[in-house]
Amino acid sequence: MNRLSDSALAARVAFDIPDGAYVNLGIGKPTHVSAYVPEGREVIYHSENGILGVGPTPPEGEEDVEMIDASKRYITTAPGASFFEHSDSFAMMRGGHLDIAVLGAYQVAENGDLANWATLDQKFPPAVGGAMDLVVGVPKIFVMMQHTNRDGSPKLLRKCTYPLTGLGVVSRVYTDLAVLDVTSEGFRLVELTKGNSLTDVQAVTEATIHA
Amino acid sequence: MDKRVNTLAEAVAPIQDGASIMIGGFGSSGIPFGLIDALLEHGAGELTVISNNAGAGETGIAKLLKGGRVAKVICSYPRSPGSIWFEKRYEADEIELEVVPQGTLAERIRAAGAGIGGFLTPTGYGTLLAEGKETRVIDGRGYVMEAPLHADFALLRAERGDPWGNLSYHGTARNFNPVMATGARHSIAEVRHVSSDPLAPESVVTPGIFVQSVVEYGVRP
Repeated sequence: MNRLSDSALAARVAFDIPDGAYVNLGIGKPTHVSAYVPEGREVIYHSENGILGVGPTPPEGEEDVEMIDASKRYITTAPGASFFEHSDSFAMMRGGHLDIAVLGAYQVAENGDLANWATLDQKFPPAVGGAMDLVVGVPKIFVMMQHTNRDGSPKLLRKCTYPLTGLGVVSRVYTDLAVLDVTSEGFRLVELTKGNSLTDVQAVTEATIHA
Repeated sequence: MDKRVNTLAEAVAPIQDGASIMIGGFGSSGIPFGLIDALLEHGAGELTVISNNAGAGETGIAKLLKGGRVAKVICSYPRSPGSIWFEKRYEADEIELEVVPQGTLAERIRAAGAGIGGFLTPTGYGTLLAEGKETRVIDGRGYVMEAPLHADFALLRAERGDPWGNLSYHGTARNFNPVMATGARHSIAEVRHVSSDPLAPESVVTPGIFVQSVVEYGVRP
C-alpha cells in the first residue's frame, strides 16, 4: 500500500486549516504541521504553555530555554504574538476560543471517541497533559496518526480499548493511508492516499469505512 | 515593605517535612532551580509536589525525586523525555501519583487562590480521571465537579521583582507561576533581577500580595 511520509501527512493536514484560524498542535507528529501552511494564509498557533503566535525554530546559537513550545522545542514569536499564564491559556482551550486542535492518537473509534493518554500497561505512568481540555473545548479535533500500529493491528476501531481522552470528540482523521470524517454513521471516506483502494484500507481498519 | 531575603536557604527555611509545594515551570522553562537546590540542602522530606511535570534529567524536581524527598506527585504530564527519576520511583511504587488534566490543574489552583469551593468542567467527563467524582449534566452536556487545590508553599521563578513582591516574567517561563502564587499560603519567588526600585505598575504580572518572599538568583539555566 502507498503510505504518505510524515511531512506529506503534515502538509495534507495544513491544507485543511483556513486563513485566520487559531490552532493548537499536539506534541509529536502534529508539531510539523506549522511548517506547511499554504502560501497566502496566516494561521496563529497556540501552545498551551502560554504563547499565542508560535514562530519558527530559532537559528542555532539563539535558543532561549525560556522560549519553548508544549513539545519542549525551542521557538520564536510570530508577528502579533502574546505571552500569558496557564489560566488564560486554558481559558482559550476550554472556553471555545481556538478553532482547531491537531492531536496524535493511540486509538479512534467510529463514534469519535479518542484514546491518546494512557495504555493498559500499569507499569507505564499515564500522562494526560492538555489533551482532555482540548477535546472538550476546541470545536474541531483533527487526529493525525499512522493508520495501524507497528505490528499491523488496527487503530481505527469500533470501540476503543484504551482509557478514553474524550467521548465523541474527533472530527476528522488523517493517516498515512487515508483521510476519514467521523459522522453519525461512523467513518466516512474523504480520500485515499494515491494508489490505495478502499478494499485494501478497509482490510487494515477494524471499523467500517463508509464510501 | 521589603519582602527581599538574602539567600535561597533563608527563603526555603520555613518549609517543613510533609509540606505540599507547588513548583512553577513547564518543561525546563520557569522552574525555580535555585530554590529546589536549596530545598534539597534544607532537608525537608515526605513532600507533596504539585507541578505540571515530574522533572527530567538530574535537575529540578528530578533531584528531589532522586533524593527520596517526595511522597506524592500531583501533575498533568509526569512522563517526559528524560523523566528517569520519576519513572524509577513510580515503578518501585515509592511515590503516589495523581494525574490531573492540565487545565483542571490550573483551574483547581486558581479556585484555591480565589476562594472558590469547586467548579464544574466538561474536561475528563466519562474518562478514568472522573471516576469517583460528582458529575452533573447541564443542557445535555456532562460535567465533572473538581475541588480546589491548596498548597502550603509555592516555589516560583520570575524575571523581575521588587521589594513589594511584584513579579514579571520572561517568554514562556510564565506558565504556572502566576496562578501558583495565588494558590499557596506562602509563595517564594526566585527572581533573576531584583531591583530596589518598584516595578512599573503596568508591567506587574503577579501583584505582590500573592508573594511572601523574593530572593535574587541571577542564573538562567
